[in-house]
Amino acid sequence: MMTNPMQRLTQGQFSFLPDLSDAEIKQQIEYGLEKGYAWSVEYTDDPHPRNTFWEMFGMPMFDLKDAAGVMMELAACRKTFPNHYIRMMAFDSTRNVESITMSFIVNRPPSEPGFGLVRQEVQGRSLRYTVQGYSSAKPEGERY
Amino acid sequence: MATIAANTAVNEPGPSQDKAATVDLQAIIRETQVGEVLDQLDRELVGLVPVKRRIREIAAYLAVTRARKALNLDASPPSLHMCFTGNPGTGKTTVALRMAEILHRLGYVRKGHVVSVTRDDLVGQYIGHTAPKTKEVLKKAMGGVLFIDEAYYLYRPENERDYGQEAIEILLQVMENNRDDLVVILAGYKNRMDTFFQSNPGMSSRIAHHIDFPDYSAEELLLIARKMVEQMHYRFNAGAETAMREYIAARLTQPNFANARSIRNALDRARLRQANRLFESPYGIDMEALMSLSEPDIRASRVFTQGSGGEAETGG
Ligand SMILES: Nc1ncnc2c1ncn2[C@@H]1O[C@H](COP(=O)(O)OP(=O)(O)O)[C@@H](O)[C@H]1O
Ligand SMILES: [Mg+2]
Repeated sequence: MMTNPMQRLTQGQFSFLPDLSDAEIKQQIEYGLEKGYAWSVEYTDDPHPRNTFWEMFGMPMFDLKDAAGVMMELAACRKTFPNHYIRMMAFDSTRNVESITMSFIVNRPPSEPGFGLVRQEVQGRSLRYTVQGYSSAKPEGERY
Repeated sequence: MATIAANTAVNEPGPSQDKAATVDLQAIIRETQVGEVLDQLDRELVGLVPVKRRIREIAAYLAVTRARKALNLDASPPSLHMCFTGNPGTGKTTVALRMAEILHRLGYVRKGHVVSVTRDDLVGQYIGHTAPKTKEVLKKAMGGVLFIDEAYYLYRPENERDYGQEAIEILLQVMENNRDDLVVILAGYKNRMDTFFQSNPGMSSRIAHHIDFPDYSAEELLLIARKMVEQMHYRFNAGAETAMREYIAARLTQPNFANARSIRNALDRARLRQANRLFESPYGIDMEALMSLSEPDIRASRVFTQGSGGEAETGG
């Protein structure tokens, strides 16, 4: 049995759906802007589930009125990192919320080999488990 | 197919176009309520006859373009970038706000807000600083109007390494590629703007509409003063209006005169003097007194005492 039959990273919103089109991404951004969220663009080539902090592509975008501005930033990020994972993050600055409220992947490498399970034998018959990306052995920037 | 009469028959042959198709221009004007904005412009702004006429023409052109688009006669969106030239205080910023409203109602910008900037907001201090700064402003202006005041400061020919050039290039790119996303309005003195366009043909060729704002006459300035006083819920007492008329005549001849802005500043200072007068008054103060600007409030101005000696805008 395949453990990763879709050959796709599933993190954040919409990740079990087919990739969002640009028009659909724009709609999500527009929705967030209406709620007053600040969008930001992040990228990585280390998509390990424990890697919560991806690299920021520019600053979070406060005070934008229209999705076109956010899409411009996304286009710039895709141009710089065409084969990286890129995700959109919406930050809600409402007092006592002050956290990310939306997050979804908008760019993927052409092939996603996924993660392998690593078993470590310790203290007799005990086992420790961890996951390791098949691409993660290579140095940063050469993984996808 | 809609068959409502339009006062301008749209019958140019277009690609694969049914010539019998009609579109109701009046309906566009009614539904978008663009007429309301135009009327408001007429009502709120004194004078500016040529400016108002040009704005009406542009609004008509935009409404017709929209009608043409409904019948597939126009493929590419019209270029909407503009340049407002005129001396300080002639109403450029105010008209830009109305223009944004018109563009929004006719569907040429999605949100209709105005982001107002000068050189300092666009140009950075060191290598690599300018591009992110300009882009940040552009991102905020998307869906609305980017108003660049004193745009010629972006170009400093005396310094060939000036970062302003970089900002201009990014602006040009976005003005061309994101026509649907934002409209740029440049503003400033007429002669300096002309020089700027001569050295920046790329910018010049992307500006579709040039509107020149004339200086106000003394008569118009008095009307503007009356309007402002009314808007602030004050009124001129007997004698105060005559004093204001004389103030305007004197102020016109002095340096740093900034049209309607000088009037607003003069009224602000008159309000200060009025407040001071009331504060020191031993009598009870009624509504009438709170609302009245009286002759001494105006006449205490340095404009009267100094002659044409050069009153700064900060002076009394
Ligand atoms: N025609 C006018 N009628 C009434 N008020 C005016 C008029 N023109 C300008 N003002 C007022 O004068 C002030 C300065 O105008 P502004 O639009 O900022 O001028 P500019 O941008 O050309 O320097 C504003 O407070 C504006 O409301
Ligand atoms: Mg101004």
